[in-house]
Amino acid sequence: MDSALTSRDALQAQNKQIARRRQILILLSILLLFVFGVSLLIGRYPQPGLLSFERLHADEMAQRLVLNLRLPRLITALLLGITLAAAGSVFQMMFGNPLVEPGFLGVSQGAAFGAALVIIFLNSAAWLVQGSAALFAFVGLGLSYTLARKVRYGGWVLRLVLAGIAVSALFSAGLGMLKYIADPLRQLPEITFWLLGGLAGLSWSQLLSILPVVIPGLLCCFAMRWRLNLLSLGDETAFSLGAAPNRERALLLAAAVLPTAAVISVAGMVGWVGLIVPHIARRLFGADTRYALPASMLLGGLFVVVCDDLARTLLAGEIPLGILTSLFGAIAFLFLMMYRGIKVRR
Amino acid sequence: MSNRILAFNHLSFAYSTKQSVLSDLSLDFFKGTTIAILGPNGAGKTTLLHLALGWLQPTSGHIALEEQPMKSYPRRELGKRIGLVPQSEHIPFEYTVLEYVLLGRSPHLMPLEMPGELDYTIALRSLDQTGLNGFQNRSMLALSGGERQLVLIARSLAQEPDILLLDEPTTHLDLANTRRVLAVIKELQRRGKTVIFTTHSPNAAASVAEYTILMRNGHVLSAGSTVEVIIPELLSATYGVEVEVAQVNGRPWVMVD
Repeated sequence: MDSALTSRDALQAQNKQIARRRQILILLSILLLFVFGVSLLIGRYPQPGLLSFERLHADEMAQRLVLNLRLPRLITALLLGITLAAAGSVFQMMFGNPLVEPGFLGVSQGAAFGAALVIIFLNSAAWLVQGSAALFAFVGLGLSYTLARKVRYGGWVLRLVLAGIAVSALFSAGLGMLKYIADPLRQLPEITFWLLGGLAGLSWSQLLSILPVVIPGLLCCFAMRWRLNLLSLGDETAFSLGAAPNRERALLLAAAVLPTAAVISVAGMVGWVGLIVPHIARRLFGADTRYALPASMLLGGLFVVVCDDLARTLLAGEIPLGILTSLFGAIAFLFLMMYRGIKVRR
Repeated sequence: MSNRILAFNHLSFAYSTKQSVLSDLSLDFFKGTTIAILGPNGAGKTTLLHLALGWLQPTSGHIALEEQPMKSYPRRELGKRIGLVPQSEHIPFEYTVLEYVLLGRSPHLMPLEMPGELDYTIALRSLDQTGLNGFQNRSMLALSGGERQLVLIARSLAQEPDILLLDEPTTHLDLANTRRVLAVIKELQRRGKTVIFTTHSPNAAASVAEYTILMRNGHVLSAGSTVEVIIPELLSATYGVEVEVAQVNGRPWVMVD
């Protein structure tokens, strides 16, 4: 009887905890919508600062600016943040390793290399750039994973990070070569854009071109978030709990890598989001991906939208987005490391 | 209807072509019994358990679960029937104990389904059964080795399998935790579950198992009721040392010279 009562109390306590987590997620969504709305009004027209509603109502130029330039750019910023954070969470859970993100496993460098290759040797058609970026993103990931399995030094976490560094360096070298042979007037500026990352001049057509890949990928990651908990425990345990680890892992990898390659193909290399945001989400919501993944997606969107606001307003000229995300991401990472927010087992 | 729940027929297994781990093994496991697989390190005990789980596929021979070929069971169905408590597990993130135990409910959920109130109730009950009530919000990374082992058992209980496989469940535990784990196995036995566990401690086998399988170098040396198998001659042949067996409270107690 006592035990039954205790269980009922414990169940009620759990229900309360679940309700609290859901409330925080809803609040986070509202905050993101608010920041998104304000961001539409932030810019340097007609003067640096916030565009007033009266002005927006009266000024046709302002309306066109918001609709044709700021809106597609902000939606892309939002998707970029959501995608990178989701992919980071998926990678960290799947490899059971809190120190990985697409940029650490050769995915981002591979995508950038693939895009540069197409820009130089074929043409810059959006679908070709995206396709090549996705292909080389997978090649990067595959190489890192295979290399990590073959390395005979250190534990799994260390091997994966080392292999990722080596593969990223290979692609960086390849990218360097491509830059060296690129036409300095036509192709080099386009490739340089990849390395710094940014959303300047992003159009509706570019945004629409990535949606068919990004939206299904994100929905798949979101729908399979509970399975990520299982996969984080390793193949043998996941198998014993009724999962098909190889199949589920392949599906989730595709669902994370394809959207990442797509957003990278329009926004360039925007680093650190996939590493730091999932950490912050786990700090706030715990390790359970049912809550940590949506939190990570919302925080990722918020982080990149705010960074993009700063990128286009801090200076008269635009600051590349990748520089700002790296700056703030690295500071947050150091902060978490010093305050024991990140626990790593070698 | 046969009472046989699991059958190994002429099973062989090798990780590479050079060396076989198990060769021509035939064993029957019956419903509601507790079986210890006993043998020195490298005898092939864990491999045997992984074959019983379906995680490894035999290189020859076949396995039948309730008289049906194991291969014919879909993954989720197999997860509902057979649970595994590994010897140790890498815990990569700071899950709470309840979140961890809740994962045991996975085979009972559709691929995209999330655990509901019933799953929480069963997970909390499993914690209760392993003496871990009050632990639900503790971090997995803050637990002792013995407590972690009990959480892994609780997760398997939440899975509600017919067959529970435990890989060296008491190896790294102190006396008090060994006693707790063995008590849980006895309770499962009382509730009619089939429990198969590996151990290299003859005394752990003797204290709970009705049947014992003695293994050495991938072969079964002897299999039968524990009192028939845990005798000095067979144990000496298995471990290669002189062994004495005394009787304590009607059960064998093994001492090494």
